[in-house]
Amino acid sequence: MKTRVLIVDDEEEFVNALSKRLRIRDYDVTTSLSGEEALEKMKHYLFDVVILDVAMPGMSGIETLREIKKIKPLTEVIMLTGHATVESAIEGMKLGAFDYLLKPCEADDLIAKINLAYNRKAEHEERIREAKVRQILASPRTVLEDE
Amino acid sequence: MSRQWETIGELGLQFFGKISASISHEIKNTLAIMNENAGLLEDYCQLADKSKPVDPGRLKEVASSIRNQIRRTDGIVTNLNRFAHSTDQWMMGVDVGDFLRFMCQLTGRLAFIRGVRLKPEPLSASVKIQTNLFFLEHLFWLCLDFAISMAGEGRTIRLTADALQTGVRIILRGLEGLAGSPKTNFPGRHGKTLLRVLEGELEINEAAGELVLILPKEVSQ
Repeated sequence: MKTRVLIVDDEEEFVNALSKRLRIRDYDVTTSLSGEEALEKMKHYLFDVVILDVAMPGMSGIETLREIKKIKPLTEVIMLTGHATVESAIEGMKLGAFDYLLKPCEADDLIAKINLAYNRKAEHEERIREAKVRQILASPRTVLEDE
Repeated sequence: MSRQWETIGELGLQFFGKISASISHEIKNTLAIMNENAGLLEDYCQLADKSKPVDPGRLKEVASSIRNQIRRTDGIVTNLNRFAHSTDQWMMGVDVGDFLRFMCQLTGRLAFIRGVRLKPEPLSASVKIQTNLFFLEHLFWLCLDFAISMAGEGRTIRLTADALQTGVRIILRGLEGLAGSPKTNFPGRHGKTLLRVLEGELEINEAAGELVLILPKEVSQ
C-alpha cells in the first residue's frame, strides 16, 4: 500500500510542486491550504504522515498539530519551517511532532523523514495489535465483551 | 531627554529586527517554491530519460511558477532595500500615499499571518510631510499592530489620509473590535515617546472603528 501523505501549507505553489514530486515517487498525496481544511480532511480520511507548515494564517501549525494529535495520535507529523520559526518547530516536537525540516529543504531529506515517520507509525500500530492479541489470549472472554 | 533616545534606539532596533525577520521568512518561502519547482524539472528530466514522454504544458507551468516567485522575491527585496534606506537622513520628504502603500507591502505578511488584510486607498490629493522616516515607520507599525488586534481575523484594514492645513491625518478604518474592547495600554510609553518626537497625536474613534494619526507638515528640528 502507498504511504498516505497530507501536505498542509498556505503557499499554494509550494503545495502543488511538492505534491507532484511526491506523486512521481509513488506516494498517495492529499493537500490542504490551511490547518482548518487539514483537520476536516483528517476526520474523513486516513493519513500516515502529515507535512505541516509552522507559520500559516488562521490556525497556526502548532495549533493544527495539537488538534491532529487529539484526533489521530498515531499519525506522524513533520513540521516545515523558515528559520524565523525554528523555535515553534521545536515546540512542535515537544508536542509530539516526529521531526522538522527547514525551508527550502532537499527532497531526499524530506523523503527520508517521511519514510522514517511511516515506519515509526507502522511499528507503533503493530505493537498495539500485538498487545491486543496478548490481551485476547490472556482473557478470551474480552472478545465477547467487546462484541 | 537621553532616556527618550535610549528607548527609541533600543526599541527601534527591535522593530528593525522584527521587519527583517518577517522579510527573510517571506524570502525563505519563495526560495522553497523555486527549489521544489527546480526539483520537479529534474524529476521530469528523469522521466524523459526513462522514455516516459513529458507534456510540454507541465514544463511551461513550472517555468511560470518560477517566474512568479522571482517577481515576488524581487518585490520583497526591493522593499527591504527601501526600508534599510529609511535611516539615511534625519529628515526627509515623505509622500503619505506612497508611504501607506509601502507600509502595507512591508508589513502585509505580519498582518496576513494574523488573518488580516491591509488595503491602502487612493488619496484624493498628494500629501507630503517632512519627518523622520524611520521613526514614522516605527510609530505606524505600532498603530498597525494595534489595529490588527482590533480588526480581528478575516477583516480588512483600509488605510487612507487627508491633508490638513497643519499637516496630515492618516486614518485606519475597519477596526470593528474597538467598540467594547477591554482597555489596552496602546500606544504605551514607547508609542508616546515616538509621538512626542514626531510631534504627532493619536485619536481613537471607537464608534466608527477608526484609529487616526495626526502628523505635522514639518517636524521642528
